[in-house]
Amino acid sequence: MTLDKPRLVQMLRTMIMIREFDERAIQLRLAGKIYGAVHPYVGQEAVAVGVCTPLAVTDRVTSNHRGHGHCIAKGADIRRMMAELFGRVDGYCKGKGGSMHIADFAVGMLGANGIVGGGLPIACGAALAAQLEGRGAVTVCFFGDGAVAEGEFHESMNIAGLWKLPIVFVCENNQYAANNAIGAQHPRIDIAGHAAPYDMPGVVVDGNDVLAVHAATEEAVARARRGAGPSLLECQTYRWHFHAMRAACPPETRPAEEIARWKAGDPIARLEQEMVARALLSADELRALRQRVTTDLDDAVAFAEASPFPDPKDLMADMFAE
Amino acid sequence: MREISFQTALDEAVAEEMRRDPRVITLGTDFTGNPVKEFGASRVRFTPISEAVLTGMGLGAAGCGVRPIVNWRMVTFSFVAMDQVVNQASKIRYMFGGQADFPVTYRCSTGGGIGLAAQHSQSPYSMWMHLAGLKIVLPSTPADAKGLLKSAIRDNNPVVSFECSRLATLTGPVPDGDHLVPLGVADVKRTGTDVTLVGLAYYVRESLAVADELAREGISVEVVDPRTLVPMDVETLRESVQKTGRLVVVDEAPATCSAASEIAALIVEDRDTFRALKAPVRRVCAMPVPVPYSPPLEQAALPSRLDIKAAVYDVLKESVRGEWRPA
Ligand SMILES: Cc1ncc(C[n+]2csc(CCOP(=O)(O)OP(=O)(O)O)c2C)c(N)n1
Ligand SMILES: [Mg+2]
Repeated sequence: MTLDKPRLVQMLRTMIMIREFDERAIQLRLAGKIYGAVHPYVGQEAVAVGVCTPLAVTDRVTSNHRGHGHCIAKGADIRRMMAELFGRVDGYCKGKGGSMHIADFAVGMLGANGIVGGGLPIACGAALAAQLEGRGAVTVCFFGDGAVAEGEFHESMNIAGLWKLPIVFVCENNQYAANNAIGAQHPRIDIAGHAAPYDMPGVVVDGNDVLAVHAATEEAVARARRGAGPSLLECQTYRWHFHAMRAACPPETRPAEEIARWKAGDPIARLEQEMVARALLSADELRALRQRVTTDLDDAVAFAEASPFPDPKDLMADMFAE
Repeated sequence: MREISFQTALDEAVAEEMRRDPRVITLGTDFTGNPVKEFGASRVRFTPISEAVLTGMGLGAAGCGVRPIVNWRMVTFSFVAMDQVVNQASKIRYMFGGQADFPVTYRCSTGGGIGLAAQHSQSPYSMWMHLAGLKIVLPSTPADAKGLLKSAIRDNNPVVSFECSRLATLTGPVPDGDHLVPLGVADVKRTGTDVTLVGLAYYVRESLAVADELAREGISVEVVDPRTLVPMDVETLRESVQKTGRLVVVDEAPATCSAASEIAALIVEDRDTFRALKAPVRRVCAMPVPVPYSPPLEQAALPSRLDIKAAVYDVLKESVRGEWRPA
């Protein structure tokens, strides 16, 4: 896939949207307009966008608790996402799921997941379905570095390698699982190294470089499409905010110097600079693009607020299919 | 009608449904017979011993248009897949607002009584009933086993098929052709007027045997098999108890928070049925211990015909209204 100007602008726009969506979500949570937990994706935008850009709508992704970015990058409608955070009937799950259970099956987004590692087996099932369909569809499974310590990760990698499932395992190594640094969780800090025993390529990618993520994903997706089996991408990145918030933002516990270093490698600024350097983006265009994101988000919030709350009489609806 | 074993009936159900619908596939570490021969290795999948991923894969594939049958073999092994059962399968449809259906069938053997000791002699269906979001079948005859499993495979929800180990080799008549038993419909296996015996799986047979013995003493026992635990056919159960006024529930799971407890509650919390009750409800269940190995201990842990009989005598004796006399 050639990354021409329209596509790069689209990627940049999606990254900015992801960042601003979660910045907005934090404000809405502080204002008590939405409920539950928010896990901001801010800082990791290059992973979702770099990975989802080469995917077709018939390709599928599974996500985790930090899933808003994956959802937006896969093509979900931010108005229905916002309505879900507001707990309204026009939300993707009619208000039954909330932030940690957003899904949009119509665009191949098979769900966020509140269980660390829980999405990996489901992704393998989607990949099995694609393998049986035989139309070359691919499944991408997003998970964090924390999930690598779960049994479900290893079972999934094992069967995917064994059956050459058309799946790309995308580990977003943001250096922490909640407040625990990666070095405190794994005997060797080498997530990509888990690929070899399961007979698949393992690639370390600069997860703040959307073009690098895109290139690595393209290769892994092509491999999966031609039936050559799974890959593991370790995208090294960093979350800018706390792990999770409820009514208040928890205090920062990570070293200030470390945060500053990663922020200096801001994935959005890097793409902007690259595009400016290649004369693909003017300052005016960038300003207009950012303005558009803001108005789209305002519109999404207005849509969500205008949507009614679910009627308690619908509590039991959707339990079972006919 | 043919006379076939419970296990053969289950195998036939899978084969017939795989023949009928190319979307049906089956995953497991082992299969009875040689289904690969007819259906090929892409639809009959020998898997590594990875229950968590199998359980989740069945679910994920179901959400993408496949109709998987995941065979855990023994319910014992499903416990290493608890995340996928509890957090994923039982909730996925509801928490996503009904966006997609998940037609996956999970099969497992269940129960004790065959000397396999604690870990391989479990009857945990009430744990799964408790989850809300899973349908559960628990057949007691070859015909029901076949008909219920076929319905489970055609159902558009996650269904768990509990298949009692002690019944596997027992035979019974099975109707020819496309024999289906709808989910959620109980079966009155024997009609009677004095006491309702609700049995589950193997204990339907035992209840029928006890009913035969008691008939010779002039006691008329009705035996009801719920067949499906979720959804439970509460109407049929209540109707029976409204007629007999007495209820004994028999199962080989321990009584605490059991299917038997649930049935007892469904009976007593209904006003009309409560009014019809002539005696306290009794549960005849396993002792609250891991099932032991040595035959005399195992027999002591699981309900026996004598236990069932004693409970029936008790509810007749303990009648607070309408004293029972031999006919
Ligand atoms: C099985 C399980 N254990 C614990 C948790 C609580 N929890 C939620 S997110 C999280 C950290 C996950 O870290 P990682 O996978 O690296 O993802 P990140 O939050 O860094 O994006 C934990 C421990 C959970 N949701 N599921
Ligand atoms: Mg992490």
